[in-house]
Amino acid sequence: MTGEIFLQNLANGISLGSLYALIAIGYTMVYGILRLINFAHADLLMVAAYVAFYGILVFTLPWWLSFLIAIVVTAILGVSIEKVAYRPLRDAPRISVLISAIGVSFLLENLGIVAIGARPKSFPRPEDIVWNINIGDISFLSLTIIIPLITVILLVAVTYMVNKTKIGTAMRAVSRDFETASLMAVDVNKVVSATFVVGSSLAAVGGIMWSLQYPQIDPLMGVFPGLKCFIAAVMGGIGSIPGAMLGGFILGMGEVFLVAFMPELSGYRDAFAFVILIFILLFKPTGILGENVVEKV
Amino acid sequence: MDRQKIKTFLTLGLVLLSCLVLFWGEQYLGKFSTRVLNLAAIFVILGASMNLVLGFTGMFSLGHAGFMCVGAYVSAILTMSPESKEMIYFMEPIISPLDKIHWPVFPAILTAGLVAAFFGFLIGFPALRLRDDYLAIATLGFGEIIRIIVTNTISITNGSLGLKNIPPIKSLWVYWGFAIATIWILKQLINSSWGYAFKAIRDNEIAAEAMGIDIFKHKLMSFTIGAFFAGLAGALMGHLITSVDPTMFRFLFTFQILLIIVLGGLGSLTGSVIAGVLVTVMMEVLRFVEQPMNLFGLQIPGIPGMRMVIFALLLLVVILFYRQGLMGTREFNWDWVLDKVGVGRRKEKGVGVDG
Amino acid sequence: MANPWQNSILVTDNITMQFGGLKAVSNLALNIAPRQIVGLIGPNGAGKTTAFNMITGVYKPTSGKITFDGNDITGLRPNQITELGIARTFQNIRLFSSMSVLENVLLSKHVRLKATPLEAILGLPRYTRARKRHIEECMDLLEQVQLADVAHEKATSLPYGKQRRLEIARALATQPKMILLDEPAAGMNPQESLELMEFIARIREQFGLTVLMIEHHMEVVMGICEHIVVLDHGETIAQGTPTEIQNNQQVIEAYLGAVDESA
Ligand SMILES: Nc1ncnc2c1ncn2[C@@H]1O[C@H](COP(=O)(O)OP(=O)(O)OP(=O)(O)O)[C@@H](O)[C@H]1O
Ligand SMILES: [Mg+2]
Repeated sequence: MTGEIFLQNLANGISLGSLYALIAIGYTMVYGILRLINFAHADLLMVAAYVAFYGILVFTLPWWLSFLIAIVVTAILGVSIEKVAYRPLRDAPRISVLISAIGVSFLLENLGIVAIGARPKSFPRPEDIVWNINIGDISFLSLTIIIPLITVILLVAVTYMVNKTKIGTAMRAVSRDFETASLMAVDVNKVVSATFVVGSSLAAVGGIMWSLQYPQIDPLMGVFPGLKCFIAAVMGGIGSIPGAMLGGFILGMGEVFLVAFMPELSGYRDAFAFVILIFILLFKPTGILGENVVEKV
Repeated sequence: MDRQKIKTFLTLGLVLLSCLVLFWGEQYLGKFSTRVLNLAAIFVILGASMNLVLGFTGMFSLGHAGFMCVGAYVSAILTMSPESKEMIYFMEPIISPLDKIHWPVFPAILTAGLVAAFFGFLIGFPALRLRDDYLAIATLGFGEIIRIIVTNTISITNGSLGLKNIPPIKSLWVYWGFAIATIWILKQLINSSWGYAFKAIRDNEIAAEAMGIDIFKHKLMSFTIGAFFAGLAGALMGHLITSVDPTMFRFLFTFQILLIIVLGGLGSLTGSVIAGVLVTVMMEVLRFVEQPMNLFGLQIPGIPGMRMVIFALLLLVVILFYRQGLMGTREFNWDWVLDKVGVGRRKEKGVGVDG
Repeated sequence: MANPWQNSILVTDNITMQFGGLKAVSNLALNIAPRQIVGLIGPNGAGKTTAFNMITGVYKPTSGKITFDGNDITGLRPNQITELGIARTFQNIRLFSSMSVLENVLLSKHVRLKATPLEAILGLPRYTRARKRHIEECMDLLEQVQLADVAHEKATSLPYGKQRRLEIARALATQPKMILLDEPAAGMNPQESLELMEFIARIREQFGLTVLMIEHHMEVVMGICEHIVVLDHGETIAQGTPTEIQNNQQVIEAYLGAVDESA
């Protein structure tokens, strides 16, 4: 492998890893608080992509306004899903909530198919943000820089929010002990909603950037990124935000380099994440940065 | 006549009636209805077996489609004629000795179940140490891995092209024969000491372990049995449709089975049977919403994907508002029927075992 | 009674359980003779239930060794420990909610079954006979704990006191040599506690059991325990006969301190 190709792969790995990291945070935050895999999180990517798509191409809005609207719509949707489909089941067996989450995910995907058809559409790439950069022999898209940059900014913002603000403190309290926090006059419902706002907005940003990077969108586009990002969150240690970032980067890099070094395994690319997941769950189920907790009896 | 005897007669009557219905169906039902009923039998097997794992043992496994995939391919490869194999595998020829194998369907279907069970055992070994969400995502992952492997091992499975010309089975007897046998075996198992051990693990794993139950062993057993029947159903599916390809066994299947067991009631075999038939029939009846229609001269376009929207909504409504489903954890039993019609007073409540 | 140091059924050799920064139990050294009734007491959060969880294999001790009936049981799975002869009840009742009273008790017989699942599915005699015998044994047991009349009721529909008794019956059905009771009298009125005491004394005689019990009701503890161990913040602060414990200054302070803290 030549130096250029290596750099090329490194850049691809970083931008894929950033996308994974961004989406993984949503999973890890919701899981941290509700102990639930929000299966619908994956489909929020798709919703954001389509809202942006229609904003730009049908309503001919400026790209930044379309993106903004997409983020707001996705956040509202995320919060509504929690209110309608998860909150009523808070005291129900865990299996019920999981089934509900799967139901919501399936509903969104198929509503997507009904409303816009299963055929992939090509996502517009506004010239303001997507252009070619040439340095010597290497040529790459501006996205290769923009995506990691935006990711880093958002990660810093989220980390600040969780660690330094009042709502962030409440989130950490609820995540540590749901029961106690609710007894201690923390408005748990508000905290849960805030978590969904943050997680869903990040998913929206992730979805939009994903569509810019891989500009083919279809109603099932969220499924695989979604599963992989959940895996990234588990790998990093579920509930831990730095863990989700780390997991996202490892997974993105791993996938890109697996295909680069062993092209004959490229058919197994999508299996790679699951294989990693299974190893993690077997040997360090708490993930890289997760804490060990013994279930109370 | 005492109650036990009445019940025996009723059961015999029911068996006889089923035979008559099948006989009648075989003679008079059209091709389409027969196919729908056969599909229903397959979904009954799938529902009942996933209910064993999820409803009775409380393990949230989402890998059923993967085991179906294994079963479908095993039975297809074992039963296809060497000539059609030579014709179909044009990317890469099928490896020896699979190219010469040409089994009759029955041993092939059973072998398909056994191979799927073996996969279940192998996967369950690491996965069943996990619980709830983790188990769900891990089994989902294994299901996908199976599918990806099937797509990539071209000299065995013919890769993404799939298999065609699988020997067809058309008879209601075969599908419903397997379905009834499955239900009977699972009923016997669930009412046995092992079935109670499964339910104890579902109800309270820590207490079950404190009463001496080896949790892992029993989970693995339930999971492997579930995989066996999923493989069986997958094999039948192959012989019904006569072709298989890896995209068939997407998560969609698992979702439909999940709908069946939630609708019927988590922990009720009777519920899975009723819902299995119901969902299959609905799936076919609702086909019309996806096809263009001509209503009083008005051309209404079909809406592809609408059925799945309806199913997803149905699942959500059931889980949010009628979490018990149709049957809860209750089962059909003659005592209930006899009490209703007031025949032969019940003397003493029987122990709910081996009934 | 023989010298308990030479003839003991359960020995915990300085077992310690650490959760993160918290030492829930440190260096607990129990030494219990066969057929003894031993009380484990201490204020809330002292580490009593954690000690039970270590002995029954729910938690693996951070350090130390547990010997039961001559076997090293440290780190064994709970079901293996149950098979060796330790049964337990839970502080927060853990009955099988979908099952009847009889079915709850019957479950403890599952591991004694010699038949295979195939025999059960086919209803072959080796299975059906064993099952029938187990049902009879369990009905007998329910008779002895005065729950036979509710044998077919749903376990979780019973009143609280009966649920506790059912937990004990379920533990007894595993045919243990030793039983660990976690607050068996919790939520009972004085009359019920008194009956429970008699019941525990009776099962000890009848089944030749060794009993280790956690209990907050002092009249119960002082009434039937021959030996008492007091924990506070994970430390063993006293051991001895009921009279010794009643007059122990440190114990009194631990309890008063606990009252102060909670007040
Ligand atoms: N799995 C666990 N993880 C972390 N801490 C635990 C765990 N189990 C128990 N603890 C802590 O260990 C300490 C002792 O708890 P334990 O339940 O043993 O107390 P106890 O003596 O039984 O109290 P009580 O009388 O209230 O039942 C408590 O501070 C408890 O919070
Ligand atoms: Mg306790």
